[in-house]
Amino acid sequence: MAEIDENLAQREAIEVDRSKGDFKYEESYAFDAGIGLSPSVVDYISQVKAEEPWIREFRQKALKIFEGLPMPTHWATTDLDNIKFENIRYYLAKGQKAVRTWEEVPDDVKKTFERLGIPESERKFLAGVEAQFDSEAVYSRMKEELEKLGVIFCGPTEGLRDHPEIFRKWFGKVIPAGDNKFAALNSAVFSGGSFIYIPKGVKVAQPLQAYFRINAENFGQFERTLIIADEGSEVTYMEGCTAPKFETATLHSAVVELVALKGAKIQYVTVQNWSANVFNLVTKRGVAEEGAEVRWIDCNIGSRLTMKYPGVVLRGKGARGEVLSIALANDGQHQDTGAKMIHAADDTTSNIIAKSISVGSGRSTYRGLVHIPKTLKNCRNNTECDALLINEHSRTDTYPAISVRGQKNSVQHEASVSKVSAEQIFYMMQRGLSEGEAMSLAVNGFVNDLVKEFPMEYSVELKRLIELQMEGSVG
Amino acid sequence: MSTLTAPAGVLDVALQSAETTQFRAQDWFAVLRQQGWHTFQSLPMPTRDDEKWRFSDARSLSLAGYAPAPEPTEALAAALIARSHFVARPAALVVHVDGHCVLRPALSPELTAQGVRFETLTDALRHHPALLQEHLLKHSAGLGGAKFLALHQAWLKAGYVLFVPKGVEIRQPFVSVNWTSTDGVAVFPHALIIAGENAVVSIQDYHLGATPDARALAISACDIHAGTGAKVSRLAVQGWGNRTQSFQVDNTCGGRDALITSVNAAVGSRRARLENTVRIDGPGADVRLYGISVATGEQEFDQRTLQIHTAGQAKSDLLFKNALLGKSRTIFSGLIKVAPDAQRTDAYQTNRNLLLSPDAEADSLPGLEIEANDVKCSHGATTGQVDENELFYLRARGIPLEVAQELLAQGFLEEVIAKVEDEEGAEALRGMLSAKFHQA
Repeated sequence: MAEIDENLAQREAIEVDRSKGDFKYEESYAFDAGIGLSPSVVDYISQVKAEEPWIREFRQKALKIFEGLPMPTHWATTDLDNIKFENIRYYLAKGQKAVRTWEEVPDDVKKTFERLGIPESERKFLAGVEAQFDSEAVYSRMKEELEKLGVIFCGPTEGLRDHPEIFRKWFGKVIPAGDNKFAALNSAVFSGGSFIYIPKGVKVAQPLQAYFRINAENFGQFERTLIIADEGSEVTYMEGCTAPKFETATLHSAVVELVALKGAKIQYVTVQNWSANVFNLVTKRGVAEEGAEVRWIDCNIGSRLTMKYPGVVLRGKGARGEVLSIALANDGQHQDTGAKMIHAADDTTSNIIAKSISVGSGRSTYRGLVHIPKTLKNCRNNTECDALLINEHSRTDTYPAISVRGQKNSVQHEASVSKVSAEQIFYMMQRGLSEGEAMSLAVNGFVNDLVKEFPMEYSVELKRLIELQMEGSVG
Repeated sequence: MSTLTAPAGVLDVALQSAETTQFRAQDWFAVLRQQGWHTFQSLPMPTRDDEKWRFSDARSLSLAGYAPAPEPTEALAAALIARSHFVARPAALVVHVDGHCVLRPALSPELTAQGVRFETLTDALRHHPALLQEHLLKHSAGLGGAKFLALHQAWLKAGYVLFVPKGVEIRQPFVSVNWTSTDGVAVFPHALIIAGENAVVSIQDYHLGATPDARALAISACDIHAGTGAKVSRLAVQGWGNRTQSFQVDNTCGGRDALITSVNAAVGSRRARLENTVRIDGPGADVRLYGISVATGEQEFDQRTLQIHTAGQAKSDLLFKNALLGKSRTIFSGLIKVAPDAQRTDAYQTNRNLLLSPDAEADSLPGLEIEANDVKCSHGATTGQVDENELFYLRARGIPLEVAQELLAQGFLEEVIAKVEDEEGAEALRGMLSAKFHQA
């Protein structure tokens, strides 16, 4: 702790200028889907991946749905209209790597890595110097262990090709292509992501992370993830990283489907820190069968606009769903996040705890949905959302929707909006902290009980990241 | 609209124009009605996809088949006036039946001497045109009911105007009772309340159905203008007949240090929508919005509220409680908006729903939009059943299940009833709520 404080005191504010150090692309590639979206682009992607006809049909059907659906601007921000679908490159094939040398990476980014304590071996990957993170040396032992347990951990192409008996049954079932416009887009052009199967009764001790996998498209624009935890199994998956990720692609639209069969437990951890030019429109949903548990731990710090409402369909008796969410919206950012809990069986319980921090002109929004239909009994939901506003023109919105019928069901929802109390800041400044440090400490205190829920290394990085974001916000 | 049959009743332009010509003497008012008609024609009917109509059964909305009714017979008028004495000694009482005034308000000479005015809308049009022109329908319906408010404006005629000048304090409540009686009647009651600086006034509005099984369309509106330091309290009871579609658009604006209390109670109608907007324009204002309902059968109570804080250092507090029986449904959708400069705002919003039947449905959409940072804002929503332990306690003492449930539900509702300052008003309300349990 003392060491961190010392670092804090020594270093000046690190402002991450995201326009610096952009990727450069070479112009001629063997696999280039070109710019814009059309049935031939979709066919092209399917062809490059040598997919079976049914997957191609799935993609084409999704494209039609995408084209038929309107932008959800009747409830969502009109900023969505700034997405120019015709200017987007929907597929970057193998070999179409970003080219940048470590020397070209801006110093402030290197400093950020250092402050976050990112291992040397990962920095080059995160900075975009290496398109894939060569994790062979670091994580090979873990990979062997997983194979011994019978865990399948691969990309969507391999998953659907090599294990159709496992993945085809659930692929596109938790989140059908027609779920929303962006899920349809993803279904049409998906590439990259993780397909995971945990066999019956297997409890994976270490969290799985996308970058364990070698030579895969790890953080795709349109990644597709499907995790199936068979009966009684347990797994934690971690997505993203705390370090800022530099992207040229301005639209990210992932689909993540989780299936927890009887008695299984899935915990899905996300730390999203895209650069501030990115639209991050993600659909995430899990299904929990009898006695199963799906837990989303979601932290959004980056991007220009994030719209993400992880959900759990509680389909089996006694299933449990949980969403823990932290959002930090800085100048120019809009974190539109939330949670959905669809109760579909008796004795199901769900819990949502969302905390947001708005800094400068940042705007954070909570949208929630809790649905308990009339045939059910003994269902419970608890929702708490707290917002912290740092500066005079910071903004926060809360839009929950709660619908309850049936017997002996109960829901409670609470939300509060506050600012850091002047007394707290005064108290800390009396003890020699600068105003900025005091503010940073208070904000960390505000999210502390949620940060604790993150895996150890993430929570340490997260704390530092929040400190970083808070610098320069006051005084 | 069907091309085979020309629109009739309140949708008939000829009928609307004919009524408007009665107001040739008040040119501006005739224009206001015409504008209402044009706005009504230009706006689409709300649909399910409209966010402001989320959870509402917008598909079944229909304005066809309702028409203004002729004046009631003297016997009916007398019978209904006799049933309108909820308060033994009101400051004044006004009674309308099917949109026709059957009892003109009579103010005491003292109040008249103090400058207080309590008149029907049509009388006030002749006596105080300037006052009306300044205040009448100056707010828009921002919560989704613009089309319905436009129709109200197009047919505006029934209603009252209450003006309390600066510094006048009146303890006795002003009472207005609106009845529907004829099958298929459309009524558009209007209330305009203007309280001057430091004035103190309380109002009770009863909207009731005389013949329970008669179909009716009721689109009412109430505008309250509370000046600096004014204290206004209003009880509005929606007790239309059970085959009524009702829409109520209330707008309140509170100036500096104003204290406004409103209680909206709902027991009647097949479907009832309440849109209540409060604008807080002055620092130190304190606005309290309460809602209470007992929904039975297939009733749908759709409550939409908006608390807008444009001025800082003001307070608003909202509590809506619903008890649901049968296959009824309640929707509470509330929003607190704090403008960027409204620092030091305290705003709260609470919705509590008590499900007394497995087929009832309670939907809650409590929202916040906060653009200032030095605020205290919170909202809470709960939906649940009566507490098992409390039920057990009562049953162990030999109280039958139904009675025990009713007692607990009444206890649940009492918190809001207690906010009605006038004891007679509270008692009338208590009676109407309690009757719902027995007819259910």
